Amino acid sequence: MKDILTELEERRGGARLGGGQKRIDAQHGRGKLTARERIELLLDEGSFEEFDMFVAHRCTDFGMEKQRPYGDGVVTGWGTINGRQVYVFSQDFTVLGGSVSATHAQKICKIMDMAMQNGAPVIGINDSGGARIQEGVDSLAGYGEVFQRNIEASGVVPQISVIMGPCAGGAVYSPAMTDFIFMVKDTSYMFVTGPDVVKTVTNEVVTAEELGGAATHTRKSSVADAAFENDVEALAEVRRLVDFLPLNNRSKPPVRPFFDDPGRLEQSLDTLVPENPNSPYDMKELISKMADEGDFYEIQGEFAKNILTGFIRLEGRTVGVVANQPMVLAGCLDIDSSRKAARFVRFCDCFDIPLLTLVDVPGFLPGTSQEYNGVIKHGAKLLFAYGEATVPKVTVITRKAYGGAYDVMSSKHLRGDLNYAWPTAEIAVMGAKGATEIIHRADLKDAEKIASHAADYEARFANPFVAAERGFIDEVIMPHSTRKRVARAFASLRNKRTERPWKKHDNIPL
Amino acid sequence: MFDKILIANRGEIACRVIKTARKMGIKTVAVYSDADKNALHVEMADEAIHIGPPPANQSYIVIDKVMEAVRASGAQAVHPGYGFLSENSKFAEALEAEGVAFIGPPKGAIEAMGDKITSKKIAQEADVSTVPGYMGLIEDAEEAVKISNEIGYPVMIKASAGGGGKGMRIAWTDDEAREGFQSSKNEAASSFGDDRIFIEKFVTQPRHIEIQVLCDTHGNGIYLNERECSIQRRNQKVVEEAPSPFLDEATRRAMGEQAVALAQAVDYASAGTVEFIVDGDKNFYFLEMNTRLQVEHPVTELITGVDLVEQMIRVAAGEKLSISQQDVKIDGWAIENRLYAEDPYRGFLPSIGRLTRYRPPQEVAAGPLLADGKWQGEAPEGATAVRNDTGVFEGGEISMYYDPMIAKLCTWAPTRAEAIEAMRVALDSFEVEGIGHNLPFLSAVMDHPKFISGDMTTAFIAEEYPDGFQGVTLDGDSLRRVAAAAAAMYRVAEIRRTRVSGRMDNHERKVGENWVVTLQGEAFAVTIDADKEGSTVTFDDGAKLRVTSDWTPGDSLARLDVGGAPLVLKVDKITAGYRLRSRGADLRVHVRTPRQAELAALMPEKQAADTSKLLLCPMPGMVVKLDVEAGQEVQEGQALCTIEAMKMENILRAERKGVVSRINAGAGDSLAVDDVIMEFE
Repeated sequence: MKDILTELEERRGGARLGGGQKRIDAQHGRGKLTARERIELLLDEGSFEEFDMFVAHRCTDFGMEKQRPYGDGVVTGWGTINGRQVYVFSQDFTVLGGSVSATHAQKICKIMDMAMQNGAPVIGINDSGGARIQEGVDSLAGYGEVFQRNIEASGVVPQISVIMGPCAGGAVYSPAMTDFIFMVKDTSYMFVTGPDVVKTVTNEVVTAEELGGAATHTRKSSVADAAFENDVEALAEVRRLVDFLPLNNRSKPPVRPFFDDPGRLEQSLDTLVPENPNSPYDMKELISKMADEGDFYEIQGEFAKNILTGFIRLEGRTVGVVANQPMVLAGCLDIDSSRKAARFVRFCDCFDIPLLTLVDVPGFLPGTSQEYNGVIKHGAKLLFAYGEATVPKVTVITRKAYGGAYDVMSSKHLRGDLNYAWPTAEIAVMGAKGATEIIHRADLKDAEKIASHAADYEARFANPFVAAERGFIDEVIMPHSTRKRVARAFASLRNKRTERPWKKHDNIPL
Repeated sequence: MFDKILIANRGEIACRVIKTARKMGIKTVAVYSDADKNALHVEMADEAIHIGPPPANQSYIVIDKVMEAVRASGAQAVHPGYGFLSENSKFAEALEAEGVAFIGPPKGAIEAMGDKITSKKIAQEADVSTVPGYMGLIEDAEEAVKISNEIGYPVMIKASAGGGGKGMRIAWTDDEAREGFQSSKNEAASSFGDDRIFIEKFVTQPRHIEIQVLCDTHGNGIYLNERECSIQRRNQKVVEEAPSPFLDEATRRAMGEQAVALAQAVDYASAGTVEFIVDGDKNFYFLEMNTRLQVEHPVTELITGVDLVEQMIRVAAGEKLSISQQDVKIDGWAIENRLYAEDPYRGFLPSIGRLTRYRPPQEVAAGPLLADGKWQGEAPEGATAVRNDTGVFEGGEISMYYDPMIAKLCTWAPTRAEAIEAMRVALDSFEVEGIGHNLPFLSAVMDHPKFISGDMTTAFIAEEYPDGFQGVTLDGDSLRRVAAAAAAMYRVAEIRRTRVSGRMDNHERKVGENWVVTLQGEAFAVTIDADKEGSTVTFDDGAKLRVTSDWTPGDSLARLDVGGAPLVLKVDKITAGYRLRSRGADLRVHVRTPRQAELAALMPEKQAADTSKLLLCPMPGMVVKLDVEAGQEVQEGQALCTIEAMKMENILRAERKGVVSRINAGAGDSLAVDDVIMEFE
């Protein structure tokens, strides 16, 4: 009996060593941790339950039968993050380069199925050379099975991808369908075709980092939601994100004890909006002064900076924030910001996370590049997302809410539950100057008359009261009491219920 | 007494004057420029009158505009504060013509003291000690030697047209005087086209010590002791104290009496300051007289209990001084630290922007000057006072138009050592965010051994911080205290994380006792033994520190007791730890379990991005002009572009020879810190 137990220990020891000490050292040498070390950092100490430790591939081509390492290049199982259950898979680059075989994929599928059944998030740590070429179509079939599960799990349990090494070719499409993608600076990259193929086909010379590094995907392509300095920081930040998220679409977002008075007044917000309507200010200051303990988890912070998206807590409860950022492009809506915010709104709605919208929007960005690239359909995504979202929606208009963009930004007309405005709000079809030039076209040549008309228009519309008269604004609130008013607004919406007509699913303008 | 006075100033000094006026039952009128529409002084005054656009030369120093405000408000007197019109005799004259009292000296005194040569002459006539020197022109080297001997070595040989150290030599011997005269003369001729030379005593180990005087219109004059202002950066005072740690009673009296004599020689009536330079042997020499309220007047108020603004108002109203020289005492010690919107990590460049956070330490009245400004006799034992004179508020804007000084933080205590300690704690508790500021530098000065010993000269900052300020490196003990605090705080925050809803019953996360704290390149393995009152943090060498605090996660200021001594930390959350600021140190502190720390140690140190091929904007400001274009070759030191910030034009120069490859900014662009202005090949 003892021999048998010892043998198990030996087998386990072998499996835990992955590709062996030499490869582990090489992995460390590249500034990367091993699959198991990453799991250790991701999960609560001692909470990891591993499955399929002894799975080995079944390929017999190209001499593969001679190397059948335990685990087959991926470590899978479940554990907890601050006591809450999550499923995890972590590709092991030290074992056959983390390449995906049929069995490797099966391991991932197994824990995804468990996650779906048991209602817990899936976190995938990607560090893989790609398909196991020796297996051919078996490997592709494996990817396909994972893809299908990503799709089924979407909107059922949160899915998070952490790219911690290469992720190329078809492999990118699994993370692409998850809710969040995080990358590690300098050690991770993602692309459909690598630099060599790019050079052959298009003659472009580009490095892997330029083509698909963390900077590219957080700033240019928006494929990734954030990038971190190293593995340790990335995993700590994933833990922080999980603290904000519900476990599945049937459970409520988490609540945790808080030490910040929901009634806290912030007098300095009374001077946040500058006197000059064309001067920018930092909307992040409002977010951090409203949030519990100033804690804002920003999503896509490096992309489309004219809109801010991320999570805060109010009274210890998660709230998703979408806010125009006047510091960048005057906070206008354009293709990128609409796409970014729309996806975020839909994530929140999937998982019952209430939405706070902070509005200072002068309108949509004009121009041929916007029109040619389909700002109509992309802008409609955000409009659609807000309109279909049934979670509690609270909106605060701090300054401009012009034109169609006013409607888009979680207006009362899109079933915003509570829409507040600061006294500095201007809810109008457009700015006074533009409006005057259209209404009083006849006086265009008379600068004095135009100026007087503009002043009249401003006096009439550059305030929140016309909208308030119609009930489009539920209340005009003092900036310094925004935290208190918004916290109470969400408190009043905790039992919100709405009915939507039956449909298979909607047809959001993709 | 007046019913209403106008304050022809802004910022903290306007607020300061308003406070005293209000105490005296006098109504106040503020004036403001467009940039100060929402300023604190406007809010505090009973009335406020707009006087023009932001630049001071279109508002605060335009006599006609201020006079209009005076007329419109019906103010009977005007307090000019400091700077702006405070030493402008034309303004005093204009007020006189309107029959409005000037809360300051008569215009004759302003004029007499406003000119360096005249004031020195008057001082000499009044038997005030002046720097010995020969003002006439010197013919040749031998005459220079003769004069040098008369003055006594060391001497300074200066070009009369000189400036910036050019044409200036210090001589300790006859030979050096001979040589120095010749080279100064040559240099002066070539640099200024004017080879006139004069010689004066070179003051060694100079300290800047000034005497506060107070005179009425009835011929009474007293001195209210001295202020030491040796801690200066480029002639800008940073730290002041009263009394001076250097003076003895005899010197103090001699300086005080000479200062009063000088004031009376020009029929001075109001508060004024006579500045002296004092050498290492306590010889003192008159420098100049400031015919106004001095920025650093609070330290005098704190040790004497005299409200100088009140005295100025009473004198201006024609009252006799109610205090005699015998009444003036020195009670305890007061220190002032000036808070500047200047970034010490960027060569003290001015910083502008919105004060997203501004929480000064709680003001505490103690010592002679209590809250009501009345003399209260001896202070209770152990009491320390905190006073903060400020003109800004949280959510306010620091504009580029005015002086970057935003507050004057003063502490008072019975002894100098206690006053310094009170200042350290006050600086640690002072929260200022949104702009760059010199709080860490002030903390560093308060901990500097030379300052603590009182052994400083006007060269203190230049000598002790020759390469600027890079922040404070904490010593071993302080580091351990911060590490213990961080570990205890982090543990509390981690326990809170485990109380989140949705966790698996019976499988909760257990927060451990063993942690590794890394900060300032060092790692401390600690064990935390927590109870209801606090935590005992044990280091791996067995040393223990008890940490207690009412801090809760999210608080930006942690007041702790660590090992029986107070510790105040500014706290910002970072991944797996905190950014902690205390005593001039700015630390990124990580708190990890031993296993996490082991894995974190495997992570490579990342090199900061190479910015040597970029010209980054060093301060927020506006591009005034670009001096080069793309493709141009530039030499080291060549002007590349001019950025205007805080009414200052800053010329950015090439650090080395190179070729401009790209220009990313144009004239008129507003830039933020670290925006790329141009790139080099």
